[in-house]
Amino acid sequence: MRWTWIDRFTAFESRKAATAVKCLSLAEDHFADHFPGYPVMPAPLILEGLAQTGGILVGEANGFRENVVLAKMSAKFEREAYPGEVLTYTATLVDLGETGGRVSGTVKSGDDVVATADILFAHVGPDQLPPGVTDTKFVFTGELQTLLKTAEAVATTPATATS
Amino acid sequence: MPTKDEIFEKVRTTLVDALNVDEDEVKPTSRLRADLNAESIDFLDIVFRLEKQFGVKIPREELFPESIFQGDAEFVADGKVTAKGLAELEKQMPFADLTEFRKDPRLDKMEDLFTVDLIVNYLQKKLGG
Repeated sequence: MRWTWIDRFTAFESRKAATAVKCLSLAEDHFADHFPGYPVMPAPLILEGLAQTGGILVGEANGFRENVVLAKMSAKFEREAYPGEVLTYTATLVDLGETGGRVSGTVKSGDDVVATADILFAHVGPDQLPPGVTDTKFVFTGELQTLLKTAEAVATTPATATS
Repeated sequence: MPTKDEIFEKVRTTLVDALNVDEDEVKPTSRLRADLNAESIDFLDIVFRLEKQFGVKIPREELFPESIFQGDAEFVADGKVTAKGLAELEKQMPFADLTEFRKDPRLDKMEDLFTVDLIVNYLQKKLGG
């Protein structure tokens, strides 16, 4: 299953801050049900994108050696987000320690603030694996880091290269 | 060095933010789990906030140790902490008041040791040393 709720990183400064964008497309299945005739991006999926932005920032800080899981989050929404909008997720690293990290995050559409959140991430060691999980490295399995590689590729490709 | 009252005030602010409780709910005797509804992940949150608030480094397992009794099978017997276990507890948590716990050292009562006062005592020792 693909569970990537950001499209691309647009800025990444190790141990400091990361910015990613998410284009909301009406083709995404969830808009059909949320809600019929009134498509609104589900708030948890917005927060998932923000958490992925912040989680990768926290994971990269230790070379992706730790399993970084979302531990606690408080969020405030200012407005809804609709298909056709481009959301910009910004995560700033506030704390980083051996047990985890904390980021402060903002979701914007253009200049409009959609949501703000404070997110606490925990490092999960091999002795604290959730039931049923046997892989000691179960968070950064490749899909999420691919995002960083994509960002790099786009950043180093001259805009004229595709023409 | 800050006074005990000053430390308590800052600890209270930290707990109000971390646990979403009212200021008057946080008393020196409040137990983090039973009275303030802290969950395990909140302990991580509290440590982060205390480090920032007091400008100290709190190593894993120092303030809220989880594996004190894992080192030796003789620390616990029949669900109770043994004399040997109590000695270990005292050694690893010199900032904990074990007076009540010694009377009924059931393992499942151990979480009651983690009170607001315990945090204040820990910080007082930490800042004083």
